Amino acid sequence: MTVQELPGAAAYRPAPPPEWKPRTDPAPLLPDAEPYRVLGTDTADGFAPELLRRLYAELVRGRRYNAQATALTKQGRLAVYPSSTGQEACEVAAALVLEERDWLFPSYRDTLACVARGLDPAEALTLLRGDWHTGYDPRERRIAPLSTPLATQLPHAVGLAHAARLKGDDVVALAMVGDGGTSEGDFHEALNFAAVWQAPVVFLVQNNGFAISVPLAKQTAAPSLAHKAVGYGIPGRLVDGNDAPAVHQVLSEAVARARRGGGPTLVEAVTYRIEAHTNADDATRYRGDGEVAAWREHDPVQLLERELTGRGLLDEEGVRETAEQAETMAARLRDRMNADPELDPMELFRHVYTEPTPQLLEQAAQLRAELDAEEDPR
Amino acid sequence: MSPASTAPTASTEAATAAPRRPAKPATMAQALQRAMRDAMAEDPAVHVLGEDVGTLGGVFRVTDGLAKEFGEDRCTDTPLAEAGILGTAVGMAMYGLRPVVEMQFDAFAYPAFEQLLSHVAKMRNRTRGTMPLPLVVRVPYGGGIGGVEHHSDSSEAYYMATPGLQVVTPATVEDAYGLLRAAIASDDPVVFLEPKRLYWSKADWSPEAPAAVAPIGRAVVRRTGRSATLITYGPSLPVCLEAAEAAEAEGWDLEVVDLRSLVPFDDETVCASVRRTGRAVVVHESSGFGGPGGEIAARVTERCFHHLEAPVLRVAGFDIPYPPPMLERHHLPGVDRVLDAVARLQWEAGS
Repeated sequence: MTVQELPGAAAYRPAPPPEWKPRTDPAPLLPDAEPYRVLGTDTADGFAPELLRRLYAELVRGRRYNAQATALTKQGRLAVYPSSTGQEACEVAAALVLEERDWLFPSYRDTLACVARGLDPAEALTLLRGDWHTGYDPRERRIAPLSTPLATQLPHAVGLAHAARLKGDDVVALAMVGDGGTSEGDFHEALNFAAVWQAPVVFLVQNNGFAISVPLAKQTAAPSLAHKAVGYGIPGRLVDGNDAPAVHQVLSEAVARARRGGGPTLVEAVTYRIEAHTNADDATRYRGDGEVAAWREHDPVQLLERELTGRGLLDEEGVRETAEQAETMAARLRDRMNADPELDPMELFRHVYTEPTPQLLEQAAQLRAELDAEEDPR
Repeated sequence: MSPASTAPTASTEAATAAPRRPAKPATMAQALQRAMRDAMAEDPAVHVLGEDVGTLGGVFRVTDGLAKEFGEDRCTDTPLAEAGILGTAVGMAMYGLRPVVEMQFDAFAYPAFEQLLSHVAKMRNRTRGTMPLPLVVRVPYGGGIGGVEHHSDSSEAYYMATPGLQVVTPATVEDAYGLLRAAIASDDPVVFLEPKRLYWSKADWSPEAPAAVAPIGRAVVRRTGRSATLITYGPSLPVCLEAAEAAEAEGWDLEVVDLRSLVPFDDETVCASVRRTGRAVVVHESSGFGGPGGEIAARVTERCFHHLEAPVLRVAGFDIPYPPPMLERHHLPGVDRVLDAVARLQWEAGS
């Protein structure tokens, strides 16, 4: 599909970026002192029951997906899995606030956001299974390749959103990054470019407490990560990352703002990485069980389940049905991943350039000969 | 459309449609500007971005007039951050644009290395060919202009060592236009290295009817000869041509091959020349150790061993950080150093 054929190319013409003027009052850009919450407050009254139920179903499915992917790693079916257990509210909300024509820019921990956006879980996990680097066509799915180098996907989101805006397309980009990633230079450059160009992009920082082993206190001295927005002249929002309706609302507002030409927003969602960094990590070396246990009490799935049950929007039957649906998804994923992927070593040379160079053709011939010799050792 | 065919086709049409104007002297910088201008006029997807490329027209004036003609949305002064420039260009290319990025100087391109190595070079491959990145990174490179520290690096070896990039460098005014058009038309990312000291070199050249040039990936024999082959590119081509003239007095008839494209590398043209002459010297400004000359010498030796009368020699910059301007002439390979190398090509032992 070419860009010209992308949907949303209606008469969308936001105003050009304003002339720069020193901002004398940064107050409107500042985040709230406390993370924004919906669950357990009166604000929850205003939420449509369908949305709350949808979020719940996705959270339960997401939790089950994380458990299944972790199990597949232990069985040797995935090379590595960076779990988003405990962060499902952020993952799910990031996917649900986007229209089909919008773009998602995930990091390596965000396969669940891709799945919640509708990507086949087996395709989302290709990178982590290790049969190729990206398992889907990014342009078809409007999901950028999972980015392993930290924060490097953020300028891509800015550039893509900027290009869409130049073409007059109504497209918003949502880019995901972790707390550790905010220390990278690309985070700074992306936010600065986005602000200068007033690009329709939303930055979602999942502050899950740790960059592998390094806690946030060693990462930043900022009052919050959301405060960093002020330095770029864009609004920062602080939200409870385990409160799914709250994350959904804050991201929806940021997306709507970008869509109407209001420019970028930085959202910090405060959450917690319940599992270790990956299956290869040992979290007991840098944090105590008590801390993890405390966060388990503030679990996104349970928080929403309690709210829904309390409001009479969910009963035991509903809980059971939702769990069954998640189980079906897990079984399908298990079956898919237990089948060996088809590998073609000759594909290694196929996508390096539009046309392989003479040197690559020679090397491909060498590998072909080695493969033939393996098949027929005589 | 194949990358190489765009420019020649356009120029052929122009040549037949309009009465051919006599070619006048043009500089390499003017030819490069014209290449971007024509590409932008032909394809609205082509966008130029970089530091000072808009209002100022670039510190070397290579983008002069583009913002005025096409607007700031097409030729954009960016914030001063190279990783951000290239990173956002990646996003623009993901959306179907064809960004042409200017890095102000060779050594100022280094902050963009992560984007270049981890994303630009790999995007087509990691997405199984579904998301090619048609973008050009223009880098003014090399010394000889009296630049102070960080303004004269020869950085081509870093780019050559990165699979997925094409690495192209013109040495003539015609090639400056033709190769840049081909680079912009290419669906693969191209690092386009512009020899700074040749920006003001002149040749008769008609912007209305630019001559067709060989495609990216082909080397060109700039001077035929029978005694030995000088293999070179970019800023060292004029040095080699001058050395070849001077060598005549010594009785050496030197062939000079202009590589033009370091990746893909034209083994065929290079090796055909070396097989004819039996001797070869690789000449470049870049440091010798780990530099392009080592790769080229190895390739030639592997392919032409039985035709060689002498080891393939290298004339390169010393293995030192680029010198301060008052000392740079001692570092840069000059005519004498090239002739010294030619003299060491085992003439006594042969035939």
